[in-house]
Amino acid sequence: MATHTPTASRRRWGSTVAGVLVLGVMLFPLYWMLNTALQPESGLLQVDPVPGGLDLSGFSQAIGDQGGHLLTSLAVSLGAVALCLAISAPAAYGLARFGLRGSRTIVFGTLITQMVPGIVIANALYNSYVDLGLVNSYFGLMLADASLGIPFSIVLMRSFMVSIPGEVIEAAQIDGAGPVRTFARVVLPMSRNSLITSGLFAFLFAWSDFMFALTLNTTDEVKPVTLGIYQYIGAHVGDWGSVMAASVLSAVPAAILLVLAQKYIAAGITGGSVK
Amino acid sequence: MTTPTVTARTRRRLAQWGFVAPAVVFMLLFFGYPLVRNVVMSFQHYTPKTFFTGEAPFNGADNWSNVFHDALFGKALWHTLVFTAGSLLGQFCIGLALAVFFSRRFPLNGVLRSLILLPWLVPMVVSGIVWRRILDQDTGVLNSFLDTLGAGGHTPWLTSPDLALLSVVLVNVWIGIPFNMVILYGGLQEIPKELHEAAALDGASAWRTFRSVTLPVLRPVVTVVLVLGFMSTVKILDLILALTDGGPADATQTLGTLTYQNSFVQLDFGAGAVVGNVLILISAVFAVFYLRANRTEGK
Repeated sequence: MATHTPTASRRRWGSTVAGVLVLGVMLFPLYWMLNTALQPESGLLQVDPVPGGLDLSGFSQAIGDQGGHLLTSLAVSLGAVALCLAISAPAAYGLARFGLRGSRTIVFGTLITQMVPGIVIANALYNSYVDLGLVNSYFGLMLADASLGIPFSIVLMRSFMVSIPGEVIEAAQIDGAGPVRTFARVVLPMSRNSLITSGLFAFLFAWSDFMFALTLNTTDEVKPVTLGIYQYIGAHVGDWGSVMAASVLSAVPAAILLVLAQKYIAAGITGGSVK
Repeated sequence: MTTPTVTARTRRRLAQWGFVAPAVVFMLLFFGYPLVRNVVMSFQHYTPKTFFTGEAPFNGADNWSNVFHDALFGKALWHTLVFTAGSLLGQFCIGLALAVFFSRRFPLNGVLRSLILLPWLVPMVVSGIVWRRILDQDTGVLNSFLDTLGAGGHTPWLTSPDLALLSVVLVNVWIGIPFNMVILYGGLQEIPKELHEAAALDGASAWRTFRSVTLPVLRPVVTVVLVLGFMSTVKILDLILALTDGGPADATQTLGTLTYQNSFVQLDFGAGAVVGNVLILISAVFAVFYLRANRTEGK
């Protein structure tokens, strides 16, 4: 197997070619999004397979119309990540280490919450949000978006923190560190990878959120880009160039994260679900 | 004598609960409360007026009987089943095939495998809108491609009531392939090599090995993939709204979109809560499967 005979190596490159073809088919819609974005005037005409020149007017239109919503998405998503980590990291540690009575029930409940349909939550939340004055507020949307990442993060970080050797934590305690110090100085640094993975997913969940944006806002004050694009197609059906340019911009974080942090992404998809 | 140690222990316990309590409170507020509130709301009469007066009188089982007597509910239930079953079948089969394919060693394997994740990471609403453009009857690239092949070319993918649900399923299959692939790929990596070597020594064909060795060992992972896929597919809202808005002629209305329509378009939160509760009930059945699968796998 280890020796590279010419036929074996040719067969391997054959698989690479097949793999590129599969990737081409899978990514075609995203290519088409970019291609259409670069041919902005193509409203009702057919789109060329390759952009003739780089016409960026679709992008400047999209940034003009959707730039603010992109910033809103960014602010809300970062806020949701901060909330999510602040709430779930200590909880994951507590559930992994303290042997509190009821821990099992809480972990069980955490698994269950991941199965509650979002629209059901929105249905009940909207009425409470109206009463609490949280409709059309950044904080209200951050809270709701944090709920998308919190159960996932608790499960993911807990399964990591269970595997931290007990001696390390005991050593810190013998040195006189209280639970908070031990957590901040020992546990968090050791859990760096699972924190990054959780934060990444919390960001992706919040950035992709459409449902809470749609249901918990009644005015245009707090409008993330997902909602912006959805309303865009209602108003700009003829102007697909700028709709697609806005779509490209909204997909940029996913692309950046995939390139920079692909190992965390793969770890999150498997770790958050199978374990 | 004993009091100091007791208070010390109590204080330590309290400090420990301080780590867990915020998460518990958050989950009770954002998951527990909505679940209870939805049940209560399904017995209340909501109108647009409710938002000014704050009054939502109880009306017994009126919402339930109204929803169940509406023909749209049956349609939405059926569409939900077709959408979920079709999506799972397509995502799983293609995802498994790709997982097996990428289990071979070949140059650039890792790069290609991670790039294929991209469709899963893009916001679902955005994917929906891109596909809406691709599937457009007159100017979409799919029809012009079919036209060049001489195979039709004027298929109303999203505008014909007969085809719209199928199109929505196909788009969701595309979205779900990466997720299925990654988890199944992970499962395949954990199968001990000796198993396959033993099968090869016994002279088993590749297909035979796959069926009699790979699949049975992979079964726990398969269960988890399918149940998680079910949970996330049955509640999908954004993709359908972006592609068809539930139309044409309610052909792609599901329990998720119907909950949204009832509550946030008709402003009848009572009716929305009824449909939402049905959705929860269906999810709960599968939650039981999930926990079973998790338990048998963990031990």
